Amino acid sequence: MKYVIIGNSAAAVGCIEGIRKNDQSGEILLISDEKHATYSRPLISYWLKGKVVDKNMYYRPEDFYEKNGVKTMLGVKVTGLDAKKKTLTLSDGSKVDYENLLVGTGSRPFVPPIEGVNECKNAVTFLNWDSAIQLKSMINENSRVIVLGAGLIGLKVAEGLAGHVGTLTVVEMASHLMPSVLDDKGAAILEKHITKCGVNFIFGDSAAKAGTNELTLSSGKKLPFDVLVVAAGVRPNVELVKEAGGKVGRGIVTDDEMRTTLDGVYAAGDCVEAVDTVTGDRHIMALLPNAYMQGEAAGINMAGGKADTPKVMPMNAIGFFGLPLVSAGSYDGEEFVEEGEESYKKLVFRDNKLLGYILISDVDRAGIYTALIREKIDLKGVDIALLKKQPQLMLFGKSDRKRILAGGGIAQ
Amino acid sequence: MPVNYIQPEFVVLRNSDRCIKCRVCERQCSNEVHTYDADGDVMLADESKCVDCQRCVTLCPTHALSIEENQNKLRQNGNWSNQLIYEAYRQAESGAVLLSAMGNPREYPVYWDKILLNASQVTNPSIDPIREPMETRVILGSKPSKLEFNEDGSLKTKLSPSLKLNIPIMFSAMSYGSISKNAHESLARAATELGTYYNTGEGGLHEDFYQYGPNTIIQVASGRFGVHPGFLNAGAAIEIKMGQGAKPGLGGHLPGAKVKEDVSRTRMIPLGTDALSPYPHHDIYSIEDLRQLIFSLKEATRYTKPVFVKIAAVHNVAAIASGIARSGADAIVIDGFRGGTGAAPTRIRDNVGIPIELALAAVDQRLRDEGIRNNVSVIVAGSIRCSSDAVKAIALGADAIYIGTAALLALGCHLCRDCHSGKCNWGIATQRADLVKRLNPEVGYKRLVNIVQAWNHEIKEMMGGMGINAIDSLRGNRLMLRGIGLNEKELEILGIKHAGE
Amino acid sequence: MKKVYAIEEYCLACHLCEYYCGFSHSGESSIVKAYKKGAPQARIQVEEGSEVNFALNCRHCDNPICVKSCITGALTRDEDGVIRVNQEKCVGCWTCVMSCPYGAVVRGHGDKSVALKCDLCTESGDTPACVQGCPNRALVFEDRGDAK
Repeated sequence: MKYVIIGNSAAAVGCIEGIRKNDQSGEILLISDEKHATYSRPLISYWLKGKVVDKNMYYRPEDFYEKNGVKTMLGVKVTGLDAKKKTLTLSDGSKVDYENLLVGTGSRPFVPPIEGVNECKNAVTFLNWDSAIQLKSMINENSRVIVLGAGLIGLKVAEGLAGHVGTLTVVEMASHLMPSVLDDKGAAILEKHITKCGVNFIFGDSAAKAGTNELTLSSGKKLPFDVLVVAAGVRPNVELVKEAGGKVGRGIVTDDEMRTTLDGVYAAGDCVEAVDTVTGDRHIMALLPNAYMQGEAAGINMAGGKADTPKVMPMNAIGFFGLPLVSAGSYDGEEFVEEGEESYKKLVFRDNKLLGYILISDVDRAGIYTALIREKIDLKGVDIALLKKQPQLMLFGKSDRKRILAGGGIAQ
Repeated sequence: MPVNYIQPEFVVLRNSDRCIKCRVCERQCSNEVHTYDADGDVMLADESKCVDCQRCVTLCPTHALSIEENQNKLRQNGNWSNQLIYEAYRQAESGAVLLSAMGNPREYPVYWDKILLNASQVTNPSIDPIREPMETRVILGSKPSKLEFNEDGSLKTKLSPSLKLNIPIMFSAMSYGSISKNAHESLARAATELGTYYNTGEGGLHEDFYQYGPNTIIQVASGRFGVHPGFLNAGAAIEIKMGQGAKPGLGGHLPGAKVKEDVSRTRMIPLGTDALSPYPHHDIYSIEDLRQLIFSLKEATRYTKPVFVKIAAVHNVAAIASGIARSGADAIVIDGFRGGTGAAPTRIRDNVGIPIELALAAVDQRLRDEGIRNNVSVIVAGSIRCSSDAVKAIALGADAIYIGTAALLALGCHLCRDCHSGKCNWGIATQRADLVKRLNPEVGYKRLVNIVQAWNHEIKEMMGGMGINAIDSLRGNRLMLRGIGLNEKELEILGIKHAGE
Repeated sequence: MKKVYAIEEYCLACHLCEYYCGFSHSGESSIVKAYKKGAPQARIQVEEGSEVNFALNCRHCDNPICVKSCITGALTRDEDGVIRVNQEKCVGCWTCVMSCPYGAVVRGHGDKSVALKCDLCTESGDTPACVQGCPNRALVFEDRGDAK
């Protein structure tokens, strides 16, 4: 069996480890347009900050490929996919054939149509290590930096830059930060904390025109800058599959086994739209844990095994300037909210189940909440008062607790 | 705050160089001696509540604690001891009878410590128990004076029901109520594993423990708590409790605080009520009456189970035992004045009854003299503290011994003698669920098995040294005993010679 | 493999397991020194209820979601089945805290703002410190086979 993997991040690594659970000998070829050995994308802001040094950027040990019998082609881009002939065309013109293929092409930064942005030499995006290296080379302690977008990436860039630059301003179109994750109350707590750490915010405004050293906002306001970081979101890299005739919605469409509509072609990670285990909706849930689990499932399945459908859902564990934030699930239901000076807890219930949560500051044992959501636990036999107080296993009844304490999992 | 005449008995010494403020002491003290003061980041102690149970000392991970006697002394007085004075204060305050727990702690003579054992030299060589068989099995019950056989060789004599003990040590009566369910479970499981018996005490038998029936002695006392046909038939033997060494002449006393739901159900009494057994059995005013009860119980159990009669060692114990030996009982249990209790009036415990050593010697001699020694087995209780005490007891004439306090020590008891408060920090003499769980029966029963097996090894060693290879040859073998520092009268009662004779 | 199991019927919530765990991972030779110098954190946590208590540490899952979720590769399931965290690699993003269904990953405080978890004391001895230190055998270290 010959496996080819496009991509070199969590989905790819998950796929390799999945394949090797079932097939110790099959040939694996990994092709990536990045020259680095597999590294952790989420760490680039930590690297920028200086908290993570080069050697700790790597997602797997140095001997990972060798131990798993993986051949790599790094710095090579796959430019074409012929699903009928089962061949790939590479940027160097060569062709590679496969029996099973994983498309783990990830995503790319979305650059909104801002006048002059493409010509602006000091405008960058922030998604991979190289972009972080580039950004680092552009800044000094006096740099005036504007970040477009107060989503996850935008805020992480800001954190990475804080203390290394002169001024930091984040411009966000929505009325508060992290609009896709947080409600306004949670966002306000986070904003207060981040502001204290030297980051300025402008909400409800967006970039209209990027000059050489001046950004004009839609409101007409003009902001001088030395470096402009565009962090306005990402778009999945679906073209390869789309052009080969595979079904693509918001992302590459896969079934429960991570197969695309093309024979022998699987997909996983940020390029894929998957079924949200909480809501049943299909959308892109671009998160490292999801990518790994999807990649692993694809790997197991392509090697002839039978993987459980990855239970993916939106979730985030992220901290800014030492204030941790964890969230998971979705938020259309009955709310329970507890607010503190620098803490926030929101639990959302529907149909006697926990549907989602947001925790700021005290995130200890949040995984118990996550599991209640992921496994759709009926809260009938659960002590709701304890559940609201804090995540704990005491909230389960005796027999469930016995099973759980023995390591039998939360699922009833 | 009103003036309190009574000073704390103990002081809590906390070595602050070692204390890490983990607060284990605070969490573990049911008397609420220790508290953590967050304001001052310091551990505090209210010593007036301390009973010196040593729980905190034992669990402290840094050995930062010790409990010591309060050195504060009232003016010395050879007549009025500090204790007597404080007791007077206490009673002046409360107007109540003083209550105590566990055995008489006062410094009366301990005859075990004034008796020495023999060993073989040159002639009648000793026997090595590691290399040669050594019998410690005991049969308890009435023995026929002679055996008759049928022509075909089968036994004609009808034998009385009996108990077979692999080891001549049983666990004495401690009621479910006075001690916890986990303590009972530990005793029951240990008795089963050891091939011996434990005794329910007068609190009935919890439904969970019927499974240990073959190793259970059922007790019927004056309160008749928890007594019903199922209970009588659940065990291997029945013991009628006429008296108890710690409080001769009195009935059992279980404070209402210990009568929780399970105890109330098992005892068949209302929740939270004091369980006060009457002083006498109201249907027993003579040996004849006792005989009636014995045979009622035998009848109720279809003559399948031996019936024991337990009495406290009192002044005329030999005459009483003689009556009991003629009443149809299969064994007499004699409980000495140092026997334990979960609660007894202090004055009674400390002043009533006689030492078990003297009582045993007197009873055994009397029954022999009257030719009725085989009618009954003699079991002794009341502070047999170690295997050499047991060997001496058997040589003085006992068939088997009961251990109570020693068993509790194995379970973790630290002899703080505060059982009657119901707040036992070791999970033994309590019914508070959070305290009961401190005694894990899995741990407890193994410790009981260990201590009894250890004693049995030692008994075999002592027997071997004497050149005796069966416990039956040791029983009543007073030639193996010598007194030391005893007067003529004491030697006469014990029926032993003085060392050197 | 042998794991640590709690027997809730006998847990006293004395928290000694936590203290012995913290000490065991403090690198100090004396428990007094360990706690006088700082506040070594435990990898085992006692849950106290009105009637029931129990201690819980990592279940060392066969199919560990924390390892799969770890963004840095700091969490690994090693050949002996023990799930360990490489503290040098961990950045304290708490994705594992978000993922572990048992709530068994502990957030390190202070300077060591990294994930802490039970490693079954494989570096320091045969029997984990929590099990050794439990005064009532409410924690046992045993192989229950493939008990899921």
